[in-house]
Amino acid sequence: MLKKTPLHAVHRAAGARMVDFGGWDMPVNYGSQIDEHHAVRNDAGMFDVSHMRAVDLRGAGARDFLRYALANNVDKLKEPGKALYSCLLRPDGGVIDDLIVYFLAEDWFRIVVNASTTEKDVAWLRKLLAERAPQLSLAPRDDLAMIAVQGPQARAKVWRAMPGSEQASANLKPFQGAQATTPFGEVFVARTGYTGEDGFELIVPASHATAVWNALVAAGVKPAGLGARDTLRLEAGMNLYGQDMDEGVSPLVAGLAWTVDLASPRDFVGKAALVAQPPAQQLVGLLLQDAGGVLRAHQKVRTAHGEGEITSGTFSPTLGKSIALARLPKAVAIGDTVKVAVRDKMLAAKVVKPPFARNGKVLVNPTDGS
Amino acid sequence: MNVPKELKYAESHEWMRAESDGTVTIGITDHAQAELGDLVFIELPAVGRVLKAGEACAIVESVKAASDVYAPIDGEVVAANTAVTSAPESLNEDAYAAWLFRLKPSNPNALAGMLDAAAYEKLVS
Repeated sequence: MLKKTPLHAVHRAAGARMVDFGGWDMPVNYGSQIDEHHAVRNDAGMFDVSHMRAVDLRGAGARDFLRYALANNVDKLKEPGKALYSCLLRPDGGVIDDLIVYFLAEDWFRIVVNASTTEKDVAWLRKLLAERAPQLSLAPRDDLAMIAVQGPQARAKVWRAMPGSEQASANLKPFQGAQATTPFGEVFVARTGYTGEDGFELIVPASHATAVWNALVAAGVKPAGLGARDTLRLEAGMNLYGQDMDEGVSPLVAGLAWTVDLASPRDFVGKAALVAQPPAQQLVGLLLQDAGGVLRAHQKVRTAHGEGEITSGTFSPTLGKSIALARLPKAVAIGDTVKVAVRDKMLAAKVVKPPFARNGKVLVNPTDGS
Repeated sequence: MNVPKELKYAESHEWMRAESDGTVTIGITDHAQAELGDLVFIELPAVGRVLKAGEACAIVESVKAASDVYAPIDGEVVAANTAVTSAPESLNEDAYAAWLFRLKPSNPNALAGMLDAAAYEKLVS
């Protein structure tokens, strides 16, 4: 039996094409995935991300605990409402999950984790808590729904749809959130997302989720499915857990070194293992040069320095070309040409530095591709 | 669902139209394009290639995934629609206008055993 978000009936009524996504019955598109993609790059689109889980960590010493549990450093979170992207690592350096942690108060941090990893994340954190900080409580918030509203017009349309939200959120900087009192109850409005566009992620009481969704539709926000969410995040050069990294992959070979704090003397789970294993591979972008298909996960890549593999690949609607993230030998340089096995052909691709597109703009040289 | 009455169908979701010159025009159905989603790449068989029924001979690739297209009958490829390879999205717009290839069938009665519109509609409902 697939799990359903509080917006499930809304998606069905809108004629969405539904898929099993990690045990959840989720919309992949409502018609054209490419139209939904362009709506987010050029105007405003929204995604039901209620399958992801907000988990509240409360109690004295919450910051100390997270300083040890997370690879990124929560000491960067100084003002209430600030958010930080981090990996949760195993002692051997493998990635248990990637997450966003919000600093709400010294005794209250909110962690938003991936859908398919929620149970193992909570089990892992509870084990760590029992060892190091048994006074803290950890509560998955099944009573909350999440809607990501993204695109250059997203903020203005949220303010139109939710009276009272503008005052609370107009001055938010990227990666910052605030509580707003709205006709739909208390809504946490955060200037975050997974598309490379401006916008908000809204955490709303599940009982009000449908009303918020309908108000956003009335304000001109286009519903978008997980298909567009994947092409948008890939263009933006953002990793997908389970594809671009997992428990067998170090964040240092997954393009996430910028999120791992090896500089401070702070100890954290996985640190010793990362320091002991300098990465032999790297995550780079690929832009397909030859015609002949679409780059996809698991295709083999041949380089002058050895073999690698595509971890995520798709057709980029913004570039009109196929793009990918690939794990390649460390010696491969930006600008190199590599060969990718697509069915029975070896197609040329240019190595580029992600992101491919953000804020409505192409960020790689499109003449590098076909 | 759009399933034109005058066409014949294969269980592997190709449609077939008998032309007055004895050739058969082949494409994929409206149901198939809707299942695939936005198409971004199409590869067609070369003119002159001789195909056996059931042989994978073309590729239609959407944003989501690649799928094979099968020759529904035995025959020789006499034409390929290059307009559709340069504009794959035209197949999403009208799957029956955007034909893929045309065969000269080995057996002139090859379409006799194929599904009619009612049978295909039942298959995909």
